[in-house]
Amino acid sequence: MTTTSLMLPQTELEWRLPSRGRVGMYALIAAESAIFTIFVVAYLFYVGKSLAGPMPRDVLAPPFFYTVCLLSSSLTIHFAGKALRRGKVRSFGAWWLLTITLGALFLFGTASEWHRLIYRDGLTIGTNLFGTTYYSLVGLHGFHVVVGLACLATVMAFTLFGALKQEHAERVDVLSLYWHFVDTVWIVVFTVVYVIGR
Amino acid sequence: MSTDALALPRMELASRPVVSRLHDWVTTVDHKRLGILYILYALVFLVIGGIEATVIRIQLIRPHNDFVSPQVFNRLFTMHGTTMIFFVVMPVLFGFANYLIPLMIGARDMAFPRLNAFSFWMTAFGGLLLYFSLVGANGLYGAGNAPDVGWFAYAPLTSRTFSVGHSTDFWTLALLVSGFGSIGTAVNIIATVLCMRCPGMTLAKMPLFAWLNLVMAGLVILAVSPLTAAQIMLLVDRYLGGHFFDTQAGGSAVIWMHFFWVFGHPEVYVLVIPAFAFASEIIPVFSRKPIFGYPVMVGATIAIGFISMSVWAHHMFTVGMSSAANNFFVISTMAIAVPTGIKIFNWLATMWGGKIEFKTPMLFCIAFLFQFLIAGLTGIMQGAAPFDWHLGNSYFVVAHFHYVIVGGILFCLFGAFYYWFPKMSGKMYNETLGRVHFWLFIIGFHLTFDFMHIPGLLGMPRRIYTYEPGRGWDTWNFIVTIGVFFQAAGILVFLGNLLWSYFRGKAAGSDPWDAWTLEWSTNSPPPVYNFASIPVVKSRRPLWDLKHPADPDWKYE
Repeated sequence: MTTTSLMLPQTELEWRLPSRGRVGMYALIAAESAIFTIFVVAYLFYVGKSLAGPMPRDVLAPPFFYTVCLLSSSLTIHFAGKALRRGKVRSFGAWWLLTITLGALFLFGTASEWHRLIYRDGLTIGTNLFGTTYYSLVGLHGFHVVVGLACLATVMAFTLFGALKQEHAERVDVLSLYWHFVDTVWIVVFTVVYVIGR
Repeated sequence: MSTDALALPRMELASRPVVSRLHDWVTTVDHKRLGILYILYALVFLVIGGIEATVIRIQLIRPHNDFVSPQVFNRLFTMHGTTMIFFVVMPVLFGFANYLIPLMIGARDMAFPRLNAFSFWMTAFGGLLLYFSLVGANGLYGAGNAPDVGWFAYAPLTSRTFSVGHSTDFWTLALLVSGFGSIGTAVNIIATVLCMRCPGMTLAKMPLFAWLNLVMAGLVILAVSPLTAAQIMLLVDRYLGGHFFDTQAGGSAVIWMHFFWVFGHPEVYVLVIPAFAFASEIIPVFSRKPIFGYPVMVGATIAIGFISMSVWAHHMFTVGMSSAANNFFVISTMAIAVPTGIKIFNWLATMWGGKIEFKTPMLFCIAFLFQFLIAGLTGIMQGAAPFDWHLGNSYFVVAHFHYVIVGGILFCLFGAFYYWFPKMSGKMYNETLGRVHFWLFIIGFHLTFDFMHIPGLLGMPRRIYTYEPGRGWDTWNFIVTIGVFFQAAGILVFLGNLLWSYFRGKAAGSDPWDAWTLEWSTNSPPPVYNFASIPVVKSRRPLWDLKHPADPDWKYE
């Protein structure tokens, strides 16, 4: 490091730091990933260790349609953010609403699967180890979808009241990081529960 | 705490009613006030946890003592451990990090001030929840009030069958709630250190304090989250009839141990890395030399962070793992001694040839160096699995980890209290009382924890409420308990010093130690905005550059 470069007047000092919103969200995502890791490890550890039925292969069917819904919501939220960065608030609102709809569809999928498991197959969280780990892991993910939807709905409300402007694009991007995380976790959960676990 | 922290004229402040001043404290989002709230809160719990420890030792002072019942004894050691780890050491470290990081990196607040307040109150209510169990946990069967399952709460002891009533639920919820607070604080520290530095302060020019707390925050993210997950599972088991840890339904008790220690061992480094951070600031200032080997110190800390994630099962050698697992965890445990050793050598090299001033903070840091070395050596002894099979669950283990936590972490913490007290309060502490505290505490510490190793080697198990005479444990236990009274006296002198100095101490001025980091460039106590104009730094010791314009550091770094 030479002295001459440091003797420059302070006004010329180029000083850029990462966005605190993004760094904070990445740190939160790291913490959430650690929580999910423990639940995934517990799920894998207990695969095939249930002492009584019902077993996964008898009652579980991969929810392909709802998985496609959730994963494509990552695309729609991406387009929403892109529209907002360009100042197209109406287009943003449309993509955002589509994202919420897809997320809600996914939740409906989980709800109907649980309803079927509980009332038709008699599987509850207390039935056996499969029930305990299945409802905990899928439920933990579902809880994150609910929280995400609540945040998305808040932004939607701001959009409808006309309070959302182009300058909020950075914040909306930080929120979409969370949504992408929720979608990514589903890929892991899907693989563990419906592919390996069966 | 400070009267001019609001930067209002004194007259106006004095006339404000107590209620509205209290309201300011409760609703504050200022990092300095939250830092002080954390520290005061931790001091209250330090006294509570200390009283529990004293009662435990009084019970064990002689064989067949009946000072407390076995049931009360179980509650005491559970509450002592949980309180000290989660509601004393963690909050006090978060308090110092909160108070000092923005000041050291030239920022006006943390990255997320409201998240900061939220995290503090979560931690605070977590502690209240734990102690509310004394009132609210009786449950239907009149069984238990305070949690009594031990601080690592092994399954299946925590199941509904063996832990009736609600005491375990209070324990779980307290840790869950304070865990959310810890994760929030960690997110905040990471974002603050990475995104709020003043112009010119590149990562390589940050004070080591900021670096080490960054690593600590990363560890909190990766370590406290598994604990949160495990507590959720325990709640599912206890409230929803789940079977995670229910051996009757095919569940595993050992997996709880894994989940707990995946948190539990990195947690040790969550606690000790900030202690290293204190030492790394205090030792250079009182040796009148810059820290030796700054880049190596950073590298060693990051190495400790990584390795600490892969050593957890050395807490489980006695459980009976495969020999491959035993070997792996022995080797990784030994490996962590390398970066730790590097740090100790760097502190010694900082002192070597320095003009050492033996002020109270430095005394505590020097004692820390020696004691932490011994704590590390007994750690290596137990890191060898065959030796651990003999020592597991004995008083040797208790002596070892108290050597780390009291001899290492608490000594650094006392050093930090004396070192930054002038900055936080604007008053100088009393040096004589500081020395009395140091000597009382070091005598008490060595009486208690040196001699505690011996009954452990002689086979005395931990967590027993009494013992038979004539096993060769009597004298040692007597000495150990005597040491506790010295330590308690030291703590009283310490608290007395803080109070006396706060009200009667001399004004400290902004830079009583002739130190080099940015927090000493602003008033003591700092105004609410910290810096009137945001500083620009060129080296690791900005105040040295300011005080020695002819010979600044940035010419050499």
